[in-house]
Amino acid sequence: MELTTVWFVAIAFLWTGYFVLEGFDFGVGVLLPALARGEAERRQALATIGPVWDGNEVWLITAVGAMFAAFPAWYAGLLSGYYLPLVAVLAALIVRGVALEWRGKVEARARAWCDAGIVAGSAIAAFTWGAVFGNLLAGGPAGTLAGGALALALAALHGAVFLALRTEGPLRARARRAVPALAVPALPLAAVTLPAIPGAAAGGTGEWTAHPGAWAAAAAAMAALAAAVALAWRRREGWAFAATAAAVALLTASVFGALWREPLPGLTVAGAASGPYTLGLLTWIAGAALPVVLAYQGWTYWVFRRRVAA
Amino acid sequence: MDALDLARWQFGVTTVYHFLFVPLTIGLGVFVAGLQTAWHRTGKEHYLRLTRFFGKLFLINFAMGVVTGIVQEFQFGMNWSEYSIFVGDVFGAPLALEALLAFFLESTFLGLWIFGWDRLPKRVHLACIWAAAIGSNLSAYFILAANAWMKHPVGYEVVAGRARMTDVWAVLTNPTALAQVPHVIAGAFVVAGGFVAAVSGHRILRERRAGRTGEPAMWRGTLRAALVMTAIAGAVVAGTGDQSARLLWEQQPMKLAAAEGLRHDERGAAFSPVPGIEVPKALSLLAAHDPDAPVQGVEDIQRRYEAAFGPGDYRPNVPVVYWSFRVMVVFGLSAVALSMLGLWVTRRRRAVPRWLARATLLALPLPATAMIAGWLLSEIGRQPWTVQGELLTAASVSPGVSLRAVAFSLALFTLLYGALAVAEARLLVRYVKAGPEPAPAPAGRPGPDDAGAAAPAPAPTLMY
Ligand code: HDD
Ligand code: HEM
Ligand code: HEM
Repeated sequence: MELTTVWFVAIAFLWTGYFVLEGFDFGVGVLLPALARGEAERRQALATIGPVWDGNEVWLITAVGAMFAAFPAWYAGLLSGYYLPLVAVLAALIVRGVALEWRGKVEARARAWCDAGIVAGSAIAAFTWGAVFGNLLAGGPAGTLAGGALALALAALHGAVFLALRTEGPLRARARRAVPALAVPALPLAAVTLPAIPGAAAGGTGEWTAHPGAWAAAAAAMAALAAAVALAWRRREGWAFAATAAAVALLTASVFGALWREPLPGLTVAGAASGPYTLGLLTWIAGAALPVVLAYQGWTYWVFRRRVAA
Repeated sequence: MDALDLARWQFGVTTVYHFLFVPLTIGLGVFVAGLQTAWHRTGKEHYLRLTRFFGKLFLINFAMGVVTGIVQEFQFGMNWSEYSIFVGDVFGAPLALEALLAFFLESTFLGLWIFGWDRLPKRVHLACIWAAAIGSNLSAYFILAANAWMKHPVGYEVVAGRARMTDVWAVLTNPTALAQVPHVIAGAFVVAGGFVAAVSGHRILRERRAGRTGEPAMWRGTLRAALVMTAIAGAVVAGTGDQSARLLWEQQPMKLAAAEGLRHDERGAAFSPVPGIEVPKALSLLAAHDPDAPVQGVEDIQRRYEAAFGPGDYRPNVPVVYWSFRVMVVFGLSAVALSMLGLWVTRRRRAVPRWLARATLLALPLPATAMIAGWLLSEIGRQPWTVQGELLTAASVSPGVSLRAVAFSLALFTLLYGALAVAEARLLVRYVKAGPEPAPAPAGRPGPDDAGAAAPAPAPTLMY
C-alpha cells in the first residue's frame, strides 16, 4: 500500500476510535440529569467514565496531530474552513473537561453548574462534530443538521447502553429502559442519513453503485443498531455495547471512505500529503507505539471492568 | 486591526494561559510521585496525607492544562493555515508524536491513578503516577523541539513552497532545542518548587497561629524538599539560559540585539542591566564567552535583512523584548536565591523563621512571572518571523478566516479563560486553606515486599 493510503487509513482509524470511545462518554454526559437521580447516582454515572474520558479525548488529539503531520493541507483546510463550529467544539470540550474534573471538588452549590457544563458540553461537542462531517459530505443545511442530529442521537444511545453495562441498581434499570426510547430518534435518522453517505462517496455524482462496500457498511450499521436495542432489552448489555460501538465505527468508516477521493472540496489525498520521508518515519513510530497504547488503554478498561455501585 | 492582529492576540493570550498551568503540571506531578514513593518506601502516614493533598492541587491544575492544550493544537490549523501548510511536514511530526507517545501515557495513567487507589496493587498504583509524570515531561520535549525549529530551522529543504523534512535526527537534536528543553523544564521545576514552598510556608504560619506543633514539622519537610528542588533546578536554568544566549548570538542575532537594546554592531559590546548603567565588554563576554567578540545591533541587522529578504521591517518590539529578558532573569533568579537562603537558614534541624515562611509566599508569583516573560522574549523576539528566515507571520495567517470570526473566538476564549482562572484560583485557595485530610483510620502499611494483596485502602477521596 502507498504511504498516503496507509496514513489516510490510520487517520480514519484514529477518528473511529475517537467517536466510538468519546461517543459513549458524550452520551453519559448528555443523559446525566435524565437518568441519574440524586447525587449518589450522578456520582455513580460519572464514575463509569471518570477514569477514561481524558484518554478517550486523546484519540482526537492524536487524530488531529496525525492529520497535521501527514496531510498538512487537509488539517489546515478543515480547521480554518470550519472555524466557528470548531470554536464551539473547543469551548464545549473546555467546559466539559473542567466540569468533569472539578465536580467532585467544588462546593455543593457549584455542582449544578458543573452538571450543566457536562450536559451542554457533551451535547454541543457531539452535535457539532456530526454537523461538521455532515456538512463536509452533503453540504447545505439539511446535511449539516442531519449529521449533527444523528451524532447526538447515536452518542446518547451508545451512552445509555454503556451505562446499563457499567452500573448496577436502579440506574442500570433506567438506562436499559431508555435504550428503546433513544432508538426512536436514532434509528430513523440513521436510516435516512446512512444511505446518503455512499452517494457522497462518488464525489456527489450519484455513482453509488460503484461502492457496494459503503452500502454494506450502511446496512451493517443499521442492523447493529437494531440488534443493540434488542440485546439491551434482553439484558445482554455487553453485546449491546459491542453492537452500538460497531454501528459508530461503521458509520465513521463510511464517512472516511466517502472522503477518500476528495477529503475537502478541491483537495486530493495525494495533494495534501507530506513527503515520503515524513510519512515513512511516522509509519515506523506509529507502528511501534500504537499497539502499546492500545494495550495499556485496553488494560485500563479491564481494571475498571466491574460494575459501579451507587 | 485586521484578522492578523487578532489572530496574534488570540495565539498570545491562549498560549500564555496554557503555559500558566503547564509548569505546575510538569513539576508538581514529579513532586507528588516523589511523595507517594516516600510513603511506599517508609510507610509513614504523613507522606500519604501529603500525597493526597498535593495530588488534589495537582489535579485541579491538571484539568486546566488539558483543556487549554486542545485549543493550542487546533489553533495552528484554524488561525495559521498558511503556516500549517508550509511547516506541517516538519512541525506536525513532533506534534503527532507528542500526542501518541506522551498524551496517551499521561491521560491514561492519570485516570488509573485517580481511580485506582483501591483497585490496583500498591506498586502498580505508584507506577501509574510516575508514568503520568514521565508523559508530561516527554510532551514538553516534543513541543519544545517543534518550537525550537521555528527559531532555528534545521533538517529540511523547501520544495514547491513547502518545507520538507530531510533529517528527523537533526530536528530532534537541534542545538536550540537541546538548550531550550532543559531550560524550560528546569524552569517548570522552579515554578513547582516555588508553589510547594509557598503552600508549605502558608501552612506553617497557619499551624503556628493555631498553636499546633506536630504539623509544622511536616511542612518544614515539604518546604525543604521544595527549596532543594528549586535550587537545583535554578542552577540548570541559569546554565542552559547562558547556553541559549550564546545560541542567540549565533542563530537569532536580532533577538539578542533587541534583548540588549543594542542599536549598532559593536566589538567588545557593553552590557546594561538597566538603561543608563553599562558594564564594559560584559555583553560580548556573556553572549560569546569572549570579551572582544562582535555583537550585531538592531539597525545594522535590519539593513542586512533588507538586503537579503527584500524591503520590510524586521525589528521586533524592542522594549517588550528588552524588559521581558530582565524580568525573566531577575524574577526567576530571585526565587532561586530565596530558596538557597531558605535552605541555609533551616540547615540542620533549625526551625523555619517566621520571615522565611512569609517570604516563601513570593516563591509562587516570581518564577511564574519569569516563565511568562521568558516566552514573551522568545516569541516576540522572533517576530516578524514565524519560522526564522523562512516564513513571515503576516504570511502565516489563514486567508479565509474573517476578522469577525477571529474577534468572536478571541472574545469567547478570553471570557471563558477569565472565568475559569477565577474558579481555579478559588478552588486552589480553598484546598490549601483546608489543608490535608486527617489520616485514614487503619491505612494499610505498604512494605517494600508488598506483592499487591488488596491492603485496606484509604477512602478514595481523589475520586469524583
Ligand atoms: C513545556 C511544555 C509545554 C508547552 C510549551 C506546551 N504544552 Fe501543551 N501540555 C503540556 C506541556 C506543554 C503538558 C504539561 O504536558 C500538559 C499540561 C496538562 C496536560 O495534561 O499536559 C499539556 C496539555 C496539552 C494538550 C492536552 C493533552 C491531554 O488532553 O492530555 C494539548 C492538545 C497540548 N498541550 C498541545 C499543545 C500545543 C499545540 C502547544 C504549542 C503551542 C503546547 N501544548 C504548548
Ligand atoms: C507555552 C509557551 C508559549 C508562550 C507563552 C508563547 C507565547 C507567544 C506569544 C505571546 C506570541 C505572540 C507574539 C507576537 O505576535 O508578537 C506567540 C506567537 C507564536 N507562537 Fe508562541 N508561545 C509559546 C509556545 C509556543 C510553541 C511551543 C509554539 C510552537 C510549537 C509556538 C508557536 C507560535 C506561533 C506559530 C506564533 C505565531 C503567531 C503570532 O505571531 O502571534 N509558541 N507565542
Ligand atoms: C541566568 C538566568 C537566565 C538566562 C541567561 C536566560 C536566558 C534565556 C534566553 C537567552 C532565552 C531565549 C531563548 C530563545 O528564544 O531561543 C530564554 C528563554 C526562556 N527562559 Fe530564560 N534565562 C534565565 C533564567 C530563566 C528563569 C529563572 C526562568 C523561569 C523560571 C526562565 C524561563 C524561560 C522561558 C520559559 C523561556 C522561553 C523558552 C525558550 O526560548 O527557551 N529563564 N532564557
